[in-house]
Amino acid sequence: MLQNEVPQDNSKLFEGGKKAMYAVNESGEYIIEQSSGWEVEEFATNTAVEEFNLLTDEAKQRYLSGAASPIEYLMYKNRMDLPTLASIVKMFSWRIKRHFKPSNFDSLGEKILLKYADAFGVSVENLKNFRIDN
Amino acid sequence: MNFQHRHAAHCESGVVSSMLTHHGLPMSEAMAFGLSGGITFAYIPFVKVANMPLIAYRMPPKKIISGISKKTGVKFAGEKFKNEQDAQKRLDELLNSGKIVGLQTSVFYLPYFPQDMRFHFNAHNIIAYGKENGEYLISDPVFDQPMRSDEAGLAKARFAKGVFEPRGFLYYPTFIPDSFDIQKAITKSIKRTVRMMLKTPIPIIGIKGMKYLAKKIAALDVKNARYAKNFLAHVIRMQEEIGTGGGGFRFMYAAFLKEAASLHPKSYILLEASNLMTDAGDKFREFALLCAKACKNIETADLNLISQALNNAAEAEAEAYKKLSSLF
Repeated sequence: MLQNEVPQDNSKLFEGGKKAMYAVNESGEYIIEQSSGWEVEEFATNTAVEEFNLLTDEAKQRYLSGAASPIEYLMYKNRMDLPTLASIVKMFSWRIKRHFKPSNFDSLGEKILLKYADAFGVSVENLKNFRIDN
Repeated sequence: MNFQHRHAAHCESGVVSSMLTHHGLPMSEAMAFGLSGGITFAYIPFVKVANMPLIAYRMPPKKIISGISKKTGVKFAGEKFKNEQDAQKRLDELLNSGKIVGLQTSVFYLPYFPQDMRFHFNAHNIIAYGKENGEYLISDPVFDQPMRSDEAGLAKARFAKGVFEPRGFLYYPTFIPDSFDIQKAITKSIKRTVRMMLKTPIPIIGIKGMKYLAKKIAALDVKNARYAKNFLAHVIRMQEEIGTGGGGFRFMYAAFLKEAASLHPKSYILLEASNLMTDAGDKFREFALLCAKACKNIETADLNLISQALNNAAEAEAEAYKKLSSLF
């Protein structure tokens, strides 16, 4: 990549920041050039963010219809997937999956609820009487 | 304190080079990355990240720190903590004694991180170099400017849970040699890298790993549009988004080879290899561009074309390693 090929696509994701890229200047030396982002990279990051938003929405519908507990919704809302949440709360994925079921969730003890509450940055009280704000 | 923030492409190589430079052993980021043998390629289908296979263009976290220690004789002290209070107390102590301190953090909780760049990655390296009015002064290598963080935010980032759990991990150099045999270090680390990239017997590592991924891409089921699109976007992210300096670290490695050429008797080999590596980086970028184009119209995408682009990049990179083989 030549210095004048370093993309300057003003990626919104950077919120005004710049990223360092390696490029070759006119005299053939490697330099660090600041980039305001690359369209291709912005697209890829947005795709990942949108996928989480979509998963959150799907889980929200399941929660609102009574088919799922708030755990699944909060998991995706916090940009976690099942393995990530499992590693954070130190439980097996299959166990967490069971807690997606409202009847199982309702019978959870304080200790387990506290683990989830910590992972999602909410209080146990909020988790018990969960409401989707928006 | 007289600490100079330096903008780098990657967090760990940025922190290590900044620290060594601060302590009187000047080193570029590319040199830290190359000497520690930071480059690799791995496509690990049975390890999933956000439902996607693990694709790595560089060695696992902490490899740059350990690699540099081995090659240069620098020694680091590292400390982990049971709770946030102890971790903060120790950090404050070290800062008060005039040290700059490396910290392992999660990008999801760092207060200054842009919203849409936040994912659960717990091995992000930063330097704390002071404290002012209850705020930490942070040199985060991947940001162009120095940053600040409040105590609570930094504590959260240092105690994120999950894979690569930091547990408040902090580190600082305890011994810096005045000099080291850089020619020997260059040859040794390149030898390791070449062997890994060309000769690893497992087909998911090195050049073979790239070709394996290329095959997987050609075989993607475009009828499952959501997965296919997410898969290709995931490949781009690992290659271009995650602080690689472009072309999945290939340009940074080319910069290392060029710098190495000015310090090594076989400079002509290193210069040629650097140019070949730049060519590989360019081909990786072409590949990323094709992936992004395909995502926009995934049902009619020509996956063979994308697969071929990755094979081209793999071939180009293999040429660079073959050239480097004549170093030893």
